[in-house]
Amino acid sequence: MKLESKALTDALVELIRRSSTSIPHDVVEAIARAAEREEAGSGAQITLRLLLDNVRLAETTSRPVCQDTGALLFFVRYDRAYSQQEIAAAINAALPIATQRYYLRPNAVDPVTGRNSGDNTGVGIPFIHFEEVEQAANLPEKSLQKAGQVDNPPHLEIRLLQKGGGSENVSRQYSLPDASLAAGRDLEGVRRCVIDAVNKAQGKGCAPGIVGVGIGGDRSLSYLVAKHQLLRRLDDHSPNPALAQLESRLTDDLNSLGIGPMGCGGRTTVLGVKAGIAFRVPASYFVSIAYMCWALRRHTMIVAPDGGVSYHD
Amino acid sequence: MIELRLPANEETIRRLRVGDQVSLAGVIVTARDAAHHYLIESDGAEVRDVLRNGMIYHCGPIVARENGQWRFVAAGPTTSIREEIYEADVIARYGVRGIIGKGGMGEKTVAACREHGCVYLDAVGGLGAVLAQSVRRVHAVHKLEEFGVPEAMWVIAVEGFPATVTMDTLGTSLYRDIETASSARMRELLSPVK
Repeated sequence: MKLESKALTDALVELIRRSSTSIPHDVVEAIARAAEREEAGSGAQITLRLLLDNVRLAETTSRPVCQDTGALLFFVRYDRAYSQQEIAAAINAALPIATQRYYLRPNAVDPVTGRNSGDNTGVGIPFIHFEEVEQAANLPEKSLQKAGQVDNPPHLEIRLLQKGGGSENVSRQYSLPDASLAAGRDLEGVRRCVIDAVNKAQGKGCAPGIVGVGIGGDRSLSYLVAKHQLLRRLDDHSPNPALAQLESRLTDDLNSLGIGPMGCGGRTTVLGVKAGIAFRVPASYFVSIAYMCWALRRHTMIVAPDGGVSYHD
Repeated sequence: MIELRLPANEETIRRLRVGDQVSLAGVIVTARDAAHHYLIESDGAEVRDVLRNGMIYHCGPIVARENGQWRFVAAGPTTSIREEIYEADVIARYGVRGIIGKGGMGEKTVAACREHGCVYLDAVGGLGAVLAQSVRRVHAVHKLEEFGVPEAMWVIAVEGFPATVTMDTLGTSLYRDIETASSARMRELLSPVK
């Protein structure tokens, strides 16, 4: 059963509420483990425990975890029962409602006039990435079933990522080769870029961060691949063994920098590194680092064939 | 934990050291990009009195309007470094005793803190819900219409607001020390080229 536009809008408002006021359990667990690894009584440990207190308070009082509710990025998989236009319309209808209910800060500013639209709508936003998939009956989406524990594949899946400005400002793109880093066109070159980006970020992107890495593509695709990585669970591993090894080595490298929570020192500079690729043209080799703050707001809504809506972090 | 009441005198501020954990009580003013620009371009008459011996909070809050009252919903710090071009002048002109934010600031602000008797305090980034709870009252809001909710100057009374001194009046900056050490470690990680 297909969701009609009013029901879809209501479901999206709830998706935004859940995303804004909670942190996925894998991220919470990673922060809790990191707190145990920090020196007992250190500023880093106190800070990490405060983050956990904040998540609990936000969830129980239905307040946004962070006042910067970010840029909203929607990643939509739909089958032919739905149209892109109706999904986009429902998303745009949900934004003012979510703003009125204080799940979102008014966060959309006209770069020419400096005026805030007040309801999170505006030119060119929100970002919506559409992917049409097979009709539900033919959908071999193992990952969806795992994420959603649903028996039947969905008609519609909408994943939301809320990316705050502080972390976006320290995100960075490199074009290899980069002589200043002695970074060539290989995974060692990629590694050098990521270490440089995280060192330049210090605590300004709300460390400990989650680092999405996009390798290859053109400039825009490279960033998109990097942001896509932020939808992955922290405990998964890249199916590509070379990338899986890069992710794990970089996590250790970055945590040895000593930047620590909020850049005030400590053993936890990142909670994870996730890398993905897109093929490049021979002339270009881009490396994009999408830095995400510890408050990774990521939530998925699945509409099952019977019209039932479920939410998953 | 040091209980720090605002307004604070210069002597009290000059006794604080990097690493001190404080609990703030009193009136502070939120100001971020548009507000800092405004404080430099104008005489900031609306907030001049409350800023003298007071503190600026780099924060763009979510604020609810309920029954004619303002209520802070989420109010963690925003990244401070964007205000580096303004902050030294703001400290000098308004007699501010503390800047609360996240991520730290640069050498121009460090110098202003030393000269004028001001400290920088780290409020943990992303503590939207916890820090909003320490806001007890909204006294006033300025430039709301023109700047919008996140950029407006909110004059708020806080109690039990937790923060850590990370730049003090001796010219010490925790951020400078951490970045020097992490950059040395980065050089180790990047060399030799294999």
